[in-house]
Amino acid sequence: MNVIPLPAGLERRSVDDLFEAAAGAVDGKALFDARHVRFVDPNGTVALLAAGRFLADRTGTLPRLQLPESADAQSYMARIGFFRAAEGIFEFAGKPPRSGEGDSNVLLQITPITRNADVHEVVDRVQSAAGAILSNTLGYPLTSVVPFSVILSEVCQNVLEHAEAPGWVAAQSYNWQKRIGRHVLVISVGDLGRGFRGSLQDEHSARFGERWNDATALEAAFIHGLTRFPDSHRGQGIQQIRKQVRRWNGAISIRSGTARIADVPDWDDTPPLQDHLADFPGAQISMILPAKEPSDG
Amino acid sequence: MADAAFDPVRIDVATLVQKSVASLYSHLVTRPTGRAVRLAIESQLLEAGDPSVSVIDFSEVTILDYSCADEVVARLLKAYLDDARPRDAFFLFRGVREWHREPIEVVLERQGLAAVVQSAEADPQLVGTVTEEERTVWGEIERRGHIHGTVSDAFDGDDARAALARLVERRLVFSGPAGGVHSLRALVDAG
Repeated sequence: MNVIPLPAGLERRSVDDLFEAAAGAVDGKALFDARHVRFVDPNGTVALLAAGRFLADRTGTLPRLQLPESADAQSYMARIGFFRAAEGIFEFAGKPPRSGEGDSNVLLQITPITRNADVHEVVDRVQSAAGAILSNTLGYPLTSVVPFSVILSEVCQNVLEHAEAPGWVAAQSYNWQKRIGRHVLVISVGDLGRGFRGSLQDEHSARFGERWNDATALEAAFIHGLTRFPDSHRGQGIQQIRKQVRRWNGAISIRSGTARIADVPDWDDTPPLQDHLADFPGAQISMILPAKEPSDG
Repeated sequence: MADAAFDPVRIDVATLVQKSVASLYSHLVTRPTGRAVRLAIESQLLEAGDPSVSVIDFSEVTILDYSCADEVVARLLKAYLDDARPRDAFFLFRGVREWHREPIEVVLERQGLAAVVQSAEADPQLVGTVTEEERTVWGEIERRGHIHGTVSDAFDGDDARAALARLVERRLVFSGPAGGVHSLRALVDAG
């Protein structure tokens, strides 16, 4: 049995360790030991689903998930719909709590993205809750629900059009008083598809020659707006998402294969480009939208 | 206006989403949805006159994403600018709200296209890729609605006349068989 111990904080900063451990545990049944998990965010839950599904596919047997000892962590995972989404991916050691409803901080429970209709459902679902969180919690204009819905639609379509594999999306607001002195909205989208390098390979790898790898593929898509479509008018969603996230002074990062690329606002310290990470399939997109400050105008 | 009599085709995009894609969908999101709506519009145009002017109404659409804007606006326009277009068609996009404009402008500019859009209780505007000269000439035609007689009399200078020729070619105004030039809004309002 390969035991994968999960950190106390299963969130954006710890997903690389989780993927590295999962990538190295493909030779037998795995146990994800979440007993010491005390805090989870959408990046952590989506990454855990991806890691579990990856091992289930590779080993042909469902990995086991030891539930957190922390009642708060279990409750959070239930409220964001983790246990429902994890059915068929993990077998649980212990009985998970029932999926809860009614957490006003949960903007979007974990939602699988497998077809066009799922994107419609995501956009429909966020309409009522997004207004309250974007306006009341983050101080954005009421009309920001529209651009927010648009970027959510585009980022989910990225899963369908480029990954060609199922994925998940989730969003929740937090009070990051200690970290940056503001509330934030954390949005995570992940898939187990062919990743950016695989998606762009046929159309663009030749011109990069030996430099072609996950990092150059991410730079090509993220910085230069290259897409897998010969028709250059398609596949520009990432550029529009970046533009909107920048307007809100937010952070966006994409991890794919062995690399991560990010737009980093002044309140964040994520490196703009990371390479030589543990290889993991698909892509994971993280967006963090901070509350507006009075000085933002 | 004897050389331009149209019965405008009025197309409510929100209704078309529900009819052509799924009755439960209320937003114009995802490329397959946009493609289905565009095909439905093109299908309706098969029964219209030739030439025709269509009012594509976004009044009841709340969310319009970039993929749908590309299909329902840019690709629709492009299909009827092509030499191999199925028929002569002109488009006025109405009910375009502030938050629809960015996706529409982005997809138009990406492809070097332009369109006439109108929000509620406002005059039509030209959006997308246009030169200053085209914008000026278009604004004058829009202000007057119709220019009858010899068009060269209405605009001084070769630059203005060249801009007018481009506006006609880009289907942002209508040039009638008798030589008059008409704004799309004027054609729709007269219909």
